[in-house]
Amino acid sequence: MTLDTVKHADETPDVEQPWAELGLKQDEYERVRAILGRRPTGAELAMYSVMWSEHCSYKSSKVHLRQFGEKAPENDALLVGIGENAGVVDVGQGYAVTFKVESHNHPSYIEPYQGAATGVGGIVRDILAMGARPVAVMDPLRFGAADHPDTKRVLPGVVAGIGGYGNCLGLPNIGGEVVFDACYQGNPLVNALCVGVMKHEDIHLAKASGAGNKVILYGARTGGDGIGGVSVLASETFDDSKPTKRPAVQVGDPFQEKLLIECTLEIFREDLVDGIQDLGGAGLSCATSELASAGSGGMRVELDRVPLRDATLSPEEILMSESQERMCAIVEPGKVARFLEICEKWDVIATVIGEVTDGERLEIFWHGEQIVDVPPRTVAHEGPVYERPYARPDWQDALQADDANKLARPGTAEELRAQVLKVISSPNQASKSWITDQYDRFVQGNTVLAQPEDSGMVRVDEDTDLGVAVSTDGNGRYAKLDPYAGAQLALAESYRNVAATGARPLAISNCLNFGSPEDPAVMWQFAEATRGLADGCLALGTPVTGGNVSLYNQTGETAIHPTPVVAVLGVIDDVNRRTPMAFSDEGHLLYLLGDTKEELGGSAWSQVIHDHLGGLPPAVDLDREKLLGEILISASRDGMIDAAHDLSDGGLIQALAESCLRGGKGARIVVPDGLDPFVFLFSESAGRAVVAVPRSEELRFTDMCGARGLPAARIGVVDGETIDVQGQFELPLAELRTAHEATIPALLA
Amino acid sequence: MTARVGVVTFPGTLDDRDTQRAVRIAGLEPVPLWHRDKDLKQVDAVVLPGGFSYGDYLRAGAISRFSPVMETVIEQAKGGMPVLGICNGFQVLTETHLLPGAMLRNNHLHFICRDQKLRVENADTAWTADYEAGQEISVPLKNIDGRYVADERTLDELEAEGRVVFRYLDVNPNGSLRDIAGITNAAGNVVGLMPHPEHAVEPLVGTGRTDGLGFFTSILKKLVNA
Repeated sequence: MTLDTVKHADETPDVEQPWAELGLKQDEYERVRAILGRRPTGAELAMYSVMWSEHCSYKSSKVHLRQFGEKAPENDALLVGIGENAGVVDVGQGYAVTFKVESHNHPSYIEPYQGAATGVGGIVRDILAMGARPVAVMDPLRFGAADHPDTKRVLPGVVAGIGGYGNCLGLPNIGGEVVFDACYQGNPLVNALCVGVMKHEDIHLAKASGAGNKVILYGARTGGDGIGGVSVLASETFDDSKPTKRPAVQVGDPFQEKLLIECTLEIFREDLVDGIQDLGGAGLSCATSELASAGSGGMRVELDRVPLRDATLSPEEILMSESQERMCAIVEPGKVARFLEICEKWDVIATVIGEVTDGERLEIFWHGEQIVDVPPRTVAHEGPVYERPYARPDWQDALQADDANKLARPGTAEELRAQVLKVISSPNQASKSWITDQYDRFVQGNTVLAQPEDSGMVRVDEDTDLGVAVSTDGNGRYAKLDPYAGAQLALAESYRNVAATGARPLAISNCLNFGSPEDPAVMWQFAEATRGLADGCLALGTPVTGGNVSLYNQTGETAIHPTPVVAVLGVIDDVNRRTPMAFSDEGHLLYLLGDTKEELGGSAWSQVIHDHLGGLPPAVDLDREKLLGEILISASRDGMIDAAHDLSDGGLIQALAESCLRGGKGARIVVPDGLDPFVFLFSESAGRAVVAVPRSEELRFTDMCGARGLPAARIGVVDGETIDVQGQFELPLAELRTAHEATIPALLA
Repeated sequence: MTARVGVVTFPGTLDDRDTQRAVRIAGLEPVPLWHRDKDLKQVDAVVLPGGFSYGDYLRAGAISRFSPVMETVIEQAKGGMPVLGICNGFQVLTETHLLPGAMLRNNHLHFICRDQKLRVENADTAWTADYEAGQEISVPLKNIDGRYVADERTLDELEAEGRVVFRYLDVNPNGSLRDIAGITNAAGNVVGLMPHPEHAVEPLVGTGRTDGLGFFTSILKKLVNA
């Protein structure tokens, strides 16, 4: 086969090109031709097709995502915003924290272990590329029905992949979620979050500047794995009629990544790089075009210098390969020798593959012949933008009219008790420790809180005990009922979870998991959810620092529930003041903070007892969330509370059960006057938390709530070995523990 | 005057910085040692920390035993220098035959991370003198290849000579024979165990317990009072 050089492309304008197979639309291909003034070479076509894919270009979501910038609240803490590998937040004392959540949904369905493993690997490199040491990971996961046979294929593979990769990197896994719902049967959601810590002066950006600076590719050799992963896998709906796509899933090597992390951190310490970018989706196409696009000048790359695992790879394949554990750095000529020396120390292969030029083009050569000559911005940052049509689906009204508050309720105390047990032992509400115990949560020795606590918390500085907390939350059921409110409820829950541990929420990242953008109903869900999230972030003062959009999560015509997952990052000046969730001291008083209304739409109770999804999700009151957060943070700082737990799915009884089991202590609970016991226990009204207050602090605490106008109702006391809802039922902890902990192992072990 | 404790970093080691911290908290001076370097920098004792050295390729610990640093460690361990192998470090010690037996994949085939209760069976080794025989402690356990095995004769010998240093209590988390969590050599200077004492040295982090600190205070007393 002859090499398709730029010259050859010029001379053969009419050659048929496989743009459709590579995922480009006709008009997109025409646009490439217009930009170049000729047909693209095979290598150029490869680059444009992966970079203009939905996954890399955000072409369907961009117009909506702009709100995150336009509506961003004033926030001095934001050091680096949307657009870089990850956002960076000032957490004080000269420290900066970077964090981001990303999806690896489609690969994880095809090949659960490698899909999930490389999802961890990719997000860790994003964090590393900002100049930070990765310090923790979290995984929000969603699977099909817990008892579906395919869940038993997908879930154990995903969990083993996350553990197999993350555990080998020495990164504590401190939280996340596991949710089951039939809507994710053919489209599990495997999102991965990483947090990194650095000093302000260590922030690095993905840009190539300074003519004559060298482009160094380092890390693993490039192989044939993951070719076209981005364009083919992440941007198309699964369809039974097509051949298996397994070869498009990347294969990870955590050992190589661990070396890459330590090697890169040592390179940062010696200030050897001018710009840096990790290789993830779209591989070298992405790294070279993004670096060149963001910097000044152009770039020249000798592609034949790339070290290969498979010598038969074509230049197009090398450009598209998504082989893992690779980074690309821009290094001044005088620093190259030392850079290579550090790589050698860590047994990391490093190769100078090109240099920054004073031109304006990205030029790639193959054994001396030019195969790419493009303006890099047109590849990386000026891809197509679509104003996809969107419309409120015609079934939305009927769904909302199907009021969950009208479902049959337990008629007797005995029935109420039975339903409590049934909900608490249901797969979504049951303990996930069988899963999370497969992750190392202790490594690095800085884990202050880890799952099942409301948020994960790690110590940042050993001398001052400065720390950060992160929580990820999402509720696809709420978002299905009302995407605008659902996105805000995810934000509110995550915000509340961070505040419940005593940390002050600073900023958010998100992973927006939706169906096909070509369906106007899905696009409406997306538009509503992004609008809700942007408005919510403005109201709470927490800017979006970056994130990820995953579309085409649907099988045939059926989309998943719209599932915006929100990660909130908070800071705590002294991790000694953290508030855990466990009720561990008898005699401490239990207070329910916030208002409990009759709100059962989308609730765990409606799902478990009635297999029902309808009505409206709980009402959102972000001012109330903010106030509740302030109270929880003040109470933590001033030592007024001993435990706190956020109320969300499953309502008060779920929170009580979890806090009692965690502390090994029971509780005597009194239903407040005028409140229906069923509503009291199962309502999922937002803006609530339960706290344990030492008697010595009761007055101070209630005075604070009273002065600031937060409803606080004394509902009981930590006591004994049962949850005793007076006048209703008693649940011995032992019985509760069995119900809560046996479910997941029974289904999956 | 304190003692110097070397902490080896192999490619793929994960708990080296944690172990250095634990050494420091106990009042010892941590000295980082690099796998390619035969020079032990005149340390008084060595810890082989946990992780996945050389990616656990071939078999956990199988490649590390041939690294330059291990040549010197093996030689000095035979001369009586205290050596502690934690998790992957324990696997390295069995591969070098400084300790008998081997580690297989956990019987349930999963990685497991839990707060593990142990009984100290031998409080006379260099690394356990600060505990009492029979004392129960809790330290984190986290591994996938943690099932200790050896032939019957070796196991009987270990038992007879009091060389079982730790036994799993309440739950045997991986199918280890005779609930063995850690062992020592005949001289008592080389100890290996699967659980992680370096993750139980501060009340603030990890499980909130400091039951692992005794390993490091044991060695401090031995080295400084010696």
